[in-house]
Amino acid sequence: MSVSEDTQQLLTEIKRLREELAIKEKHLHDLQTEPCNCKYLENNDFTTDEIIRYSRQMIMPQVQIDGQARLKRGKILIIGAGGLGCPAALYLTSAGVGEITLVDYDEVELSNLHRQILHSENDINIPKVQSASDKLKNINNNVRVIPLKVHADSNTLSRIIQDDKYDVVLDCSDNVATRYLVNDVCVMNDIPLVSGSALQMEGQLTVYHHNSGPCYRCLFPVPPPPHTVTNCGDGGVLGPIPGVIGVLQALEALKILVQLPDVLSGRLLLFDGSTTTFRNIKLRPRNEKCEVCGVNPTITKLIDYEQFCGASAHDKVVNIDIITFAEQTDVKDFPQDLQNNIVIDVRPELEYKMCSLPGTFNFPYSLIIKDCDKVRKFVESKVQDGVTDIYFLCRRGNDSQRAMLYMKENINFEAVQYHNIKGGLHAYSKYIDPSFPVY
Amino acid sequence: MCYVSLRNVNIKNISNFAFQTGYFLISMADLKIALEFGGGAEVLVGNQKVHEVAFPSKNKVWTIGDLLYWIKDNILKERPELFLQDGSVRPGILVLVNDADWELMDTVNYELKSNDRIVFISTLHGG
Ligand SMILES: [Zn+2]
Repeated sequence: MSVSEDTQQLLTEIKRLREELAIKEKHLHDLQTEPCNCKYLENNDFTTDEIIRYSRQMIMPQVQIDGQARLKRGKILIIGAGGLGCPAALYLTSAGVGEITLVDYDEVELSNLHRQILHSENDINIPKVQSASDKLKNINNNVRVIPLKVHADSNTLSRIIQDDKYDVVLDCSDNVATRYLVNDVCVMNDIPLVSGSALQMEGQLTVYHHNSGPCYRCLFPVPPPPHTVTNCGDGGVLGPIPGVIGVLQALEALKILVQLPDVLSGRLLLFDGSTTTFRNIKLRPRNEKCEVCGVNPTITKLIDYEQFCGASAHDKVVNIDIITFAEQTDVKDFPQDLQNNIVIDVRPELEYKMCSLPGTFNFPYSLIIKDCDKVRKFVESKVQDGVTDIYFLCRRGNDSQRAMLYMKENINFEAVQYHNIKGGLHAYSKYIDPSFPVY
Repeated sequence: MCYVSLRNVNIKNISNFAFQTGYFLISMADLKIALEFGGGAEVLVGNQKVHEVAFPSKNKVWTIGDLLYWIKDNILKERPELFLQDGSVRPGILVLVNDADWELMDTVNYELKSNDRIVFISTLHGG
């Protein structure tokens, strides 16, 4: 199903109408927003509408008009406008935080929508920060929302931090390197960091570098080995999990701005959605010898975090190329005859069950390298039937190369030629049949 | 419910049994603890989050250091380096003793007590 001319025309027209609507709504909002008559208010920081809008939190003894004024003066930096950043930004905007800066380099994809609640179907392919800030302005036009479509790295973040004085930073990122970067930026600029993370059915939340509490490096001085890290793209995540954690990140940020006690510093909240349990862990204190927040820090300016972690600062998969050119098969030469050619799909069984090409066989890579007897017997029987070419296939063409190499080294039949489908099912969808879902 | 005494029994066999049933009781003289794995660390031990285990405690003090090697020898299903590194857990895994960071409890030297809950939690990075 490719985008036809009609579709394209409609999309353009809808986009134009939306922009027109936004202008009219802004006009209406300006006409309706009248400043409050000062004689009713001791503190004339607020308009009548603002008092009404925030009344449900302002009448709480924990907030009051002073707390609301602190929120209005507050400036928050959110790294990541995805599963965590969307709900966090939504509540912070609704609560009337003065200024919210969003940093994200990605564009909205269809596979984001189940959890990244600020984005909608009309936002596919537009920058996430743009989509998010449009929604946030609709929700609360009093808040200054600043969308920054940049990749968070040492250069961009130090510039962003220099340009403005933030009261709180939210780490809503999706990778290890960015987490170390954001931690170091916050310690060096003495800003509390509300850090959330989520994967599959679990979430984690804590506040770093607040009230002399520990920082991320105090807890994790050494980054995890890259191959032990799973991202949402590979491991999956249920939408409400980052939803819960992102909303709690907003809560902790509001507590910090209003200056409430009992912020989640020196503690770690573990949320297990599979049993719907929360657990609150007491963490170690700040490490006096911490390389960044200790008494004599050795890291005093930002470093190369991708190098430090041995991993890229995004959650995209980096393609590998570990086999010979001759062994690579272009997806356009995908075998038509699946009697005399065998295609082995090495994705996990549950992904194969979700969508697969008819006539292919599923032998997950993780099982092949654990016990290759099954696949050996299978290949053996096919060889006896006269098969001479075996193709390996997976989601993006990486695991299939690994599986092929393993087979070559461990199960080599002289009569058989192994091939890898270059680019995997993503390439199949792109060049052969776009109705095969890219996930 | 199963009742198993660990005295005079090869602990490895028992652990296999415990792993299969996921739960067993032992006599009062033994050290009974709950092991939990989370944040993805459960993948290392056959995707089972909770393991109730018991050790013969007569004449022996069990530390978390001992426990790490017991886990490696008995319930670990993946390559050891994904769990252990230099006599401790690998970077990125947080160890908790009864809901407190093990850094507050002398880490590998902490002596296990009956009914302790030891949690191995892998830190998450997704969002
Ligand atoms: Zn530190």
